Amino acid sequence: MNGRIFDTRVQWLKYKVLKEVAKHAYADTLQDAYREIPKAIIPDGAKATMRCCIYKERAVLGERVHSALGGDPENPNVIQVLDIACDECPVSGYTVGPDCRGCIAHRCEEVCPRGAITVEGQHAQIDHSKCVGCGKCASVCPYNAISKHTRPCENACKVNAIHMNEEKKAEIDNGKCISCGSCVYMCPFGAIVDRSFIVDVIKLLRASKNNRNYKVYAVVAPSVSSQFNYAKLGQVISGLKTLGFYNVIEAALGADMVSLSESRELAERGFLTSSCCPAFVDYIKKNFPAMTDKISSNLSPMGAVGKFVKATDPEAKVVFIGPCTAKKMEFQLPEVSPYVDGVLTFEELHALFEACEIDLTALEEDVLDNASYYGRIFARSGGLSDAVAQAFREQDIKDFEAKPVVCNGIEECKLALLKASRNLLPGNFIEGMACINGCIGGAGCLTHGPKDKNEVDEYGRLALEKTIESAAGITFGVSPEKE
Amino acid sequence: MNIYICVGSSCHLKGSYNIINLMKEALEKNSLSDKVNVSAAFCLGRCTDGVTIKVDDEIITGVSPDNFNDIFDKYVLKGNL
Repeated sequence: MNGRIFDTRVQWLKYKVLKEVAKHAYADTLQDAYREIPKAIIPDGAKATMRCCIYKERAVLGERVHSALGGDPENPNVIQVLDIACDECPVSGYTVGPDCRGCIAHRCEEVCPRGAITVEGQHAQIDHSKCVGCGKCASVCPYNAISKHTRPCENACKVNAIHMNEEKKAEIDNGKCISCGSCVYMCPFGAIVDRSFIVDVIKLLRASKNNRNYKVYAVVAPSVSSQFNYAKLGQVISGLKTLGFYNVIEAALGADMVSLSESRELAERGFLTSSCCPAFVDYIKKNFPAMTDKISSNLSPMGAVGKFVKATDPEAKVVFIGPCTAKKMEFQLPEVSPYVDGVLTFEELHALFEACEIDLTALEEDVLDNASYYGRIFARSGGLSDAVAQAFREQDIKDFEAKPVVCNGIEECKLALLKASRNLLPGNFIEGMACINGCIGGAGCLTHGPKDKNEVDEYGRLALEKTIESAAGITFGVSPEKE
Repeated sequence: MNIYICVGSSCHLKGSYNIINLMKEALEKNSLSDKVNVSAAFCLGRCTDGVTIKVDDEIITGVSPDNFNDIFDKYVLKGNL
């Protein structure tokens, strides 16, 4: 495994399966995928390295093949649990470890509001039927002997959509899940997956007959600037064209369109929540239904640029490629589906390159430039607010002052929405990003790192157009609003 | 008459946005804004030949601010007559 390509070995495993599925799709042998792929990855005679035996490993791989082929069609959520891959992590909550010295002070016992702690045989014990998980004992223990054990998936899910069923397997409540993919990225066993549309995209590309029947456009999220560290961005663009995309367009152009329109809407309506992040929008609908009418009436940048592309070429097919699993839900919404025909993550794009044996580093550098600095910085937390402020300046909107509240991650979003619902928010525009750091923190990214934000800003500065209006001027009045 | 101006990355970096502005100005000056429909196109398939435009079905490459007036006369004004 090349450490530069992925953060974890779970991603590598997912990639191996996606790559094999893509190869089968191109060879028209998908009917053999279930049988052949697990054996190709874990050949006869291999030693088990991940599970109890290679047969279990192959069985889990079979489930991964299923997910790469599109997953469970009965489940409307794109985030799905692979039951047999869930390792039933312990759910013990607060536990006392071996560092407990059975001291005399018993601060833990004293501080516990529920009387759940007793000290027996010079060792503290927690009665889990009484413990409410407040954590006070852990914070007062001088030996740090008490620690919290929550399942990584539950811990990752900040909207409380994951719980354990009777068999101790993770279960997702679709009524709460916002499809952000946080659990997908955090599960150490890779038991939660985002189902893939990679086969649909391959079919779309092949049926275009080299873009003769219709043209397939790739719309690429600006967070691409922090991805594919092993190659240059221009080589990624060349790679996309080698895959058969007719043209590659920045989703950031849609962001430029949205920031002009959204700033006008904000001035008109006085209060707005952003509509770029589909997980944030879904969160409002599910948890703050009374605030649904405060959501900007604009499409997301993905939807806006898809709408524009289809205005220039009504036969066009548009595939969005980005860091986001929630986009896989968004593109199926009735107000978005006319403009976007498929969604891939960067992970899936990497698998597609490898399946087609495209060595990005050997390609010439192509160019990508459709958007302004402000459109490009939508990829990181705070970028959207900067863009809206700039749009106010450019459009000379003076009778209204925009006061954006930047919410980095869904927990900050929740807090701002709570305040806003009680008219206590010191601001009039909520920039909501479900992922920490914004799109560069998305679950579909190949890698996540501290330099990602700088890379997005640097990419933004390279844009030829310096203002939002000059970049969005070419859209000839195509409105990014929902219809 | 329909005019398409390539706004793909390659043409953009060679100055196609300027050509759009020149085209809009020229059409206005000649009172043709109502008769000629200008729109954007992502890639007209001639990425290496400078800014590319399409006037009805004819593709014209290498458009620049220097030769714009000649091209406008030849393809738009004459085609309109």
